[in-house]
Amino acid sequence: MKRPATEIAAIARELLAAGKIDLFIGYRQTSSPVRTTPCFLTPHDDVTRLVWNGFCSNNLAVYLTRMMGRKRIRVGVVAKGCDSRSIANLIRENQISREALVIVGMACPGMLDVAKVRAKLADPGIEKVEEIDGQVIVSSKGAIRSLARTDCLYDGCIGCRHPTPTVVDRLVGAAAPDRKSPVLDSTVRDFLVRPRAERWQIFESELAKCIRCHACRNACPNCYCQECFAEQTSPEWLSASNDMSNTLLYHIGRILHQAGRCVECGACARACPANVNLGLFTRLLADEVRERFAFESGISPEQPGLLSTFNADDRQEFMTEPE
Amino acid sequence: MDKPVFEPKIVAFLCNWCSYAGADLAGVSRIQYPPNIRVIRVPCSGRINPLYIVKALQQGADGVLVSGCHPGDCHYISGNLFARRKFALLKKFLEQLGVEPERIRFSWVSAAEGVRFAQIIEKVTNDLRTRGPLPYFRKDPAQWELPL
Repeated sequence: MKRPATEIAAIARELLAAGKIDLFIGYRQTSSPVRTTPCFLTPHDDVTRLVWNGFCSNNLAVYLTRMMGRKRIRVGVVAKGCDSRSIANLIRENQISREALVIVGMACPGMLDVAKVRAKLADPGIEKVEEIDGQVIVSSKGAIRSLARTDCLYDGCIGCRHPTPTVVDRLVGAAAPDRKSPVLDSTVRDFLVRPRAERWQIFESELAKCIRCHACRNACPNCYCQECFAEQTSPEWLSASNDMSNTLLYHIGRILHQAGRCVECGACARACPANVNLGLFTRLLADEVRERFAFESGISPEQPGLLSTFNADDRQEFMTEPE
Repeated sequence: MDKPVFEPKIVAFLCNWCSYAGADLAGVSRIQYPPNIRVIRVPCSGRINPLYIVKALQQGADGVLVSGCHPGDCHYISGNLFARRKFALLKKFLEQLGVEPERIRFSWVSAAEGVRFAQIIEKVTNDLRTRGPLPYFRKDPAQWELPL
């Protein structure tokens, strides 16, 4: 069996050479063994730079709206399960054209959280990482440690329901069945059993770290608005002052805009320079969508949007009735 | 002298075709209800951006009430049914974050239900009187552009 990276490179070479696409988006290694970066290849570039490993966590769908939105170019893109759901959303929302897109789907084993890997090592300097049979073999300063892959996954990847891409043209690796994880995530359950005042306190103290750099929005494939409410001046939703309520409003607004659209890829949380636990709050709403409407976004481009449809008998137990 | 009762400020978004007319009916029928609501007339409950509600709380409201036509009665056929989905998620989300359920209210009031309108305002106001002022999420008045 060929290595996945070799297979991606072969597909990229074939598509670019045949003129089926103008641009291929994948991952390449950086100078660090634990970090990859998006790699944009045109027909004259070297496809052997493409890699595939546990650190390919970036959601590449975010580049599609930027690349394909204005120019009419055809793009090939590497997509994990969550990325493909983002792509399905973008197609459904008429942001990109399915015909101009070749999706190279990866059967995703879950992405590795560098922080979790580092926490298990005596020395944080990592020189080399290899992944063999569910083990992560890390070399640092001559010492070699073998860690179980499942202990190093991102929180969001542990409960992943769709590891195999939902929309795909070429699949690399063996398709895994969709997982039936519990509707409510365990971190969400732990949060929800706390008393109300404590929940607000956690929310507030977590967001007190936020510097409002908007990296969470920029990393999100769903956030493609030309003019975001965060920067609108008429009406001015958020003032530029560092008042805490503006930060809370920004995040509540951002998460509400993800209702029925979030695919829980975790891009927002990974992009955060202040380490705000954004995944928890985003997941609250995603879980509620699943529980209340039995709806999961990005399963197919034909699926109607959650908030652009309704059922006459949607639950309305939350409505106020006079006594 | 008794301790003065807390009088909450409530922003009420009322749909033009049903709830606003319901409020009007309560008025012309001379039904008494607490004067704590500030009415904002909107064309349809489906017109309400969930951010309006959150923004109202930030800007000093102690609670928000949104009221529209009963399901099936919408002037625009289904605006209130789209709204219902948004409101369900908004209310649940804010409650999960720790906002009291009494602060965000949704109700259906038709143009013929003046009594029901008054009863709902009564209930919403009384609940917020016991709850007290919104303790968090307020914009710091010191940073407001206009003097209070």
